Amino acid sequence: MSDVKKLKELALEVRIAAIEQFKARGFGHVGGSLSVCDLMAVLYGEVMRYDPKNPGWPERDKLVCSKGHAGPAVYAVLAVKGFFPYDEIKTLNQPGTRFPSHCDRKQTIGVDMTTGSLGQGTSLAVGMALGDRLKGRDSRTFLVVGDGELNEGQPWEAAMLAASRGLDNMIWFVDWNKKQLDGTLEEILKPFDFEEKFKAFGFHAQTVNGNDVEALSAAIRRCGSVQGKPHCIVMDTVKGAGVPDVENTVYNHSMNVKPETCDKWLADLRAQLDELRGGETA
Amino acid sequence: MIKIVYKGEMDPRSFKDSLGETIIGLLESDPDVVYLDADLMRCIGTGPYSLENPDRAIECGVAEANMVGVSSGMAAAGFKPICHSFGTFASRRCYDQAFLSAGYAGNDITIIGSDPGVCAGYNGGTHMPFEDMALYTALPGCTVIDITDSAMLEDLLKKSVEHKGVKYIRVGRKNNAKVYESGSTFEFGKSVELRAGSDVTLIACGIMVHEALQAAEALAKEGIQARVIDMFTVKPLDEEAVIKAAKETGAIVTCENHNKIGGLTSAVASCLAHKYPAILEHVAVEDEFGEVGPQDYLQKRFGLTAPHVVEKAKKAIGRKG
Repeated sequence: MSDVKKLKELALEVRIAAIEQFKARGFGHVGGSLSVCDLMAVLYGEVMRYDPKNPGWPERDKLVCSKGHAGPAVYAVLAVKGFFPYDEIKTLNQPGTRFPSHCDRKQTIGVDMTTGSLGQGTSLAVGMALGDRLKGRDSRTFLVVGDGELNEGQPWEAAMLAASRGLDNMIWFVDWNKKQLDGTLEEILKPFDFEEKFKAFGFHAQTVNGNDVEALSAAIRRCGSVQGKPHCIVMDTVKGAGVPDVENTVYNHSMNVKPETCDKWLADLRAQLDELRGGETA
Repeated sequence: MIKIVYKGEMDPRSFKDSLGETIIGLLESDPDVVYLDADLMRCIGTGPYSLENPDRAIECGVAEANMVGVSSGMAAAGFKPICHSFGTFASRRCYDQAFLSAGYAGNDITIIGSDPGVCAGYNGGTHMPFEDMALYTALPGCTVIDITDSAMLEDLLKKSVEHKGVKYIRVGRKNNAKVYESGSTFEFGKSVELRAGSDVTLIACGIMVHEALQAAEALAKEGIQARVIDMFTVKPLDEEAVIKAAKETGAIVTCENHNKIGGLTSAVASCLAHKYPAILEHVAVEDEFGEVGPQDYLQKRFGLTAPHVVEKAKKAIGRKG
């Protein structure tokens, strides 16, 4: 079994676990969670150093999902990797849950930072990466930023400090899924060229297909050969990736979903997983 | 141990000196303390140290929101961050970051807002925070301090880095009156009775402690005995001292270099209304924006002087009937 195959399997498992949460609650941030599932699979499948039994291990690599509304994608990969009992994620947004719609480090085992007010995760991640470096740790910080989130000013403040300090122990992943809540980026605030912007801010930057685990894996490996600069990987993604009904919904930032619709999507994803596994266990 | 040495004279040490020296002392004595600033290091005497120690005194540039976010991230990495800017920028400009990235996310940091209220003087209305305490008292679990003199600053800054939650410390850069002997020690949430009295209680913080003490002297000459309390912790309020004052003196005057809304006056009024209703007057800014000028002019302009305190004390006593 190739590593790529394993990553593709994990990406399907993450999508399944994300849909399970939306099915249980009946609504959620479906589009922007699905667009980062492949990244979650690559990070937790082969890149990051972590221990589900010791989630506070200081030497671990850290994930900051600054687009905090993609919490269900983060919970999905943490559940698959055994940070907590899998079925707990189905309490998403229920009263008293440990799985709120936006990431919360005080609520969820394995969530490294609280996010939700867009832009704020970028500065937090810079502080974590700078802190790890000053503590002499070789940990890395992986930051996921929404493309709409880059409407905010704070990420650019954080980017300036990251580059000034040469924080090559962090990678910023821009989820360039082309859409935000009110419409497309082109309609709302033209993004121009994210890769060029980050290069102009002093980053090592590249653009890859962010829904292709192999391309993501290769892009992350390439970061290892560039020292002295923070890294940015602009992920060309589809909002709702992996579930055609969601991909084809224009306003898919937050959606109401019926259980039977989710069952259809889950059946399709499980069939893909079976096929990939070549008829191994379902 | 608290030793009161008030003689109505200015502290020979400016806050600028004591702030810089205390921060650097903490950095030197504890490797987990880090200090971040937003291009105002040279205003509090830490600039030269930062050039030599850029990983301990971290220059963030003119980007206060980012500074507070980075401080919060460094807290998560195991540091005890102190960050500083002028009070307006250390509150309004980074409030959502202080609220969420620090407070809500459980990252313990100390935020210093310098030049509170009229201390902003010649920087004028854009730099004059009359609302910083209102913002920080609304942040759950936040400790809000208005510093009286350099002895208090030195002690409380050291304690602040070890204290849980978000700590907001407002302090001037020039010289306040000297009230406490160097080496005095304080407790968050525990006020200090500076002068005994039974006719009225003056509850003050920051630069207004000196004005309240001056007012008490003037009142004494007229046979009025005013109790003076230094309520340097505006949150959590020393409710015990407030209630005791209400019971024993029957009239209270709050004195603060801040809007009457959301600061010491509001805190004391809320305490009294809930627990022991008593006569309350205030010496505070009457819901106005700041303006430019020397501090002594601004204190008169906004009604923050000892004669104003005397007037309100007499009014409060008169209301006792």
